[in-house]
Amino acid sequence: MAIRAMWKGVIHFDAIRVPVKLYGAIEDRNVHFRLLHRQDLEPVQQFMVNPETDEIVPYENTGRAFITESGDRVLLKPAELEALEPQPSRDIEILGFLPRHLIDHRWYDRPYYLGPDEDSTEFFALADALEAMQAEGLARWVMRNKSYVGALQLYQGYPMLMSLHHTEEIIPVEALKPPEGPPLDQRELGLARQLIEMLESEFQPQDYHDEFRERVLEMVAAKAQGKPVRKRAPKRRERGMDIGHALEASIQQARKHA
Amino acid sequence: MNKDDVNQAEEEELQQEQPHAFWSGIIAFGLVSLPVSLFPAHSSKVALKMVDAKGTLLRRQFFCGNDHRPLERDDIVRSYEIEKYHYVVVEDEELEALEPKKSREIDLQRFVPLSSINPIYFERAYFLVPDGDTTKAYRLLAKSMEDEQKAGIATFVMHGKDYLVAIIAEGGILRAETLRFHDELRTPEGIGLPPRQPAANKPLEQMRAAIGKLMHQQLDLKQLSDQHTRHLMQRIEEKLKSGTDVLKAPEEPQAVEAASNVIDLMQVLKERLQGRRPQTSSLPKVSASPGQRQRTVKSGNKHELYEQAQELEIPGRSKMTKQQLIAAVNRKTNKRHTRKPERQS
Repeated sequence: MAIRAMWKGVIHFDAIRVPVKLYGAIEDRNVHFRLLHRQDLEPVQQFMVNPETDEIVPYENTGRAFITESGDRVLLKPAELEALEPQPSRDIEILGFLPRHLIDHRWYDRPYYLGPDEDSTEFFALADALEAMQAEGLARWVMRNKSYVGALQLYQGYPMLMSLHHTEEIIPVEALKPPEGPPLDQRELGLARQLIEMLESEFQPQDYHDEFRERVLEMVAAKAQGKPVRKRAPKRRERGMDIGHALEASIQQARKHA
Repeated sequence: MNKDDVNQAEEEELQQEQPHAFWSGIIAFGLVSLPVSLFPAHSSKVALKMVDAKGTLLRRQFFCGNDHRPLERDDIVRSYEIEKYHYVVVEDEELEALEPKKSREIDLQRFVPLSSINPIYFERAYFLVPDGDTTKAYRLLAKSMEDEQKAGIATFVMHGKDYLVAIIAEGGILRAETLRFHDELRTPEGIGLPPRQPAANKPLEQMRAAIGKLMHQQLDLKQLSDQHTRHLMQRIEEKLKSGTDVLKAPEEPQAVEAASNVIDLMQVLKERLQGRRPQTSSLPKVSASPGQRQRTVKSGNKHELYEQAQELEIPGRSKMTKQQLIAAVNRKTNKRHTRKPERQS
């Protein structure tokens, strides 16, 4: 089943213009629960209320506040916030191109597929050129009142916009100091590396399923048919062995399973 | 909050008060186990609170859709809508019973070359900080994984959801990066994109020339800066300086702590990586979370308290009020702390 485009825009750089449609590349498969009033099983509604008077404040009458470290409130009116919002635009502006994979995955936020909008000549020329040049673009666009930066890259042969985190959001690993302690035992390090190698295989994404989600849906289906629900008790793991011995024993176990 | 969502009370609202996803548990590497805590590797954007015209902080309140009576958390139950208006009630214990036996454990049963994970799978990153009495097992795993350039793959349950995770070591620090499940990724065919056609020569040549002109060898990080937030913060600073639209803090200090927008995640991480326990004042949101060495809880949202009660296996927890949960958690943790701590090696 085809998916509907969520937005339309035009990629532009130099004298090039590529009209594109945007599609979410991620499907929300989470189980969403509805909240009900336990007594009468009516769906619950929520409103913002004034905690002093318990009166409902309609959404249109609300403002926003920034709260400082000392607890002071800085009030922002809806009109002020609106004025700070980026100007709506259909442009997907390319700031430059970079060698593929130069942008580390730590910047990645959410992927969007691109498809051609009306004429596909330029669209497929872009795909071919990105592939031939092993390049990806750094893009900037405004979608639904929000400004994005993203990587224009090829995925499974199609141009994709991978939205990126902003610099301010990333906590760089370089700024942190690793845990310290006495030097590590070379023999134990060797054993650890050996165990890693014994447990090595290729990453097979198809091997993994959201089993908890599957069990929740099964349970819900069983309950809907009035079947009893199975219960399981949680268990804890044993602890307390010396690391060297534990690694040796783990290697023995891994051998047996190999 | 989206205007259209105001009446849509979905389950995620219960977790609203807990902006920093947080988890404490065990990483199992063969028979070696490392107690760790997860901290987000991304700091969240500036979160503004909703107020009325006079600047009073508003509170989210649930109401019965039928008689519009205000409801407490205990009056509310989760349900799954199997078809329109047909709800199946789902109790907390029923969900818990479905969690894997070792739900507080990330069991590294498989290691893969770092380069074999297509980056599109990466979803969210967390730093792992050691929780045990020593950092030895943590440093040993980090060093050997980094030497081998391997990532450990496992699944685990956090906040009632199954996660696939890659444990990655970099610079002596372990990161947990949640991965998208394969069936969450759409394919070009699934979306209905037209089959790829080879481009005609002329547009391709033009495209290549244009890309070539704009080719750089380095990423300019300034281009990834969040201008909107910067402008918003400038506006806020101006107001603070001139004192316009600024309301002074309420008298109750506790309310301040719970509501403040400012949490120095970086400082918390730096301290925890060196094995230092956080000062409660720098950790307003997460201090009541499970696994922390805190002897008493005085507050915390009910969801957090419930998780703590779950961790401590307190019977009858789902029927307890917030006050009862606080009392039960305190009783149990104090009992626990009188035991001798287990040593690792």
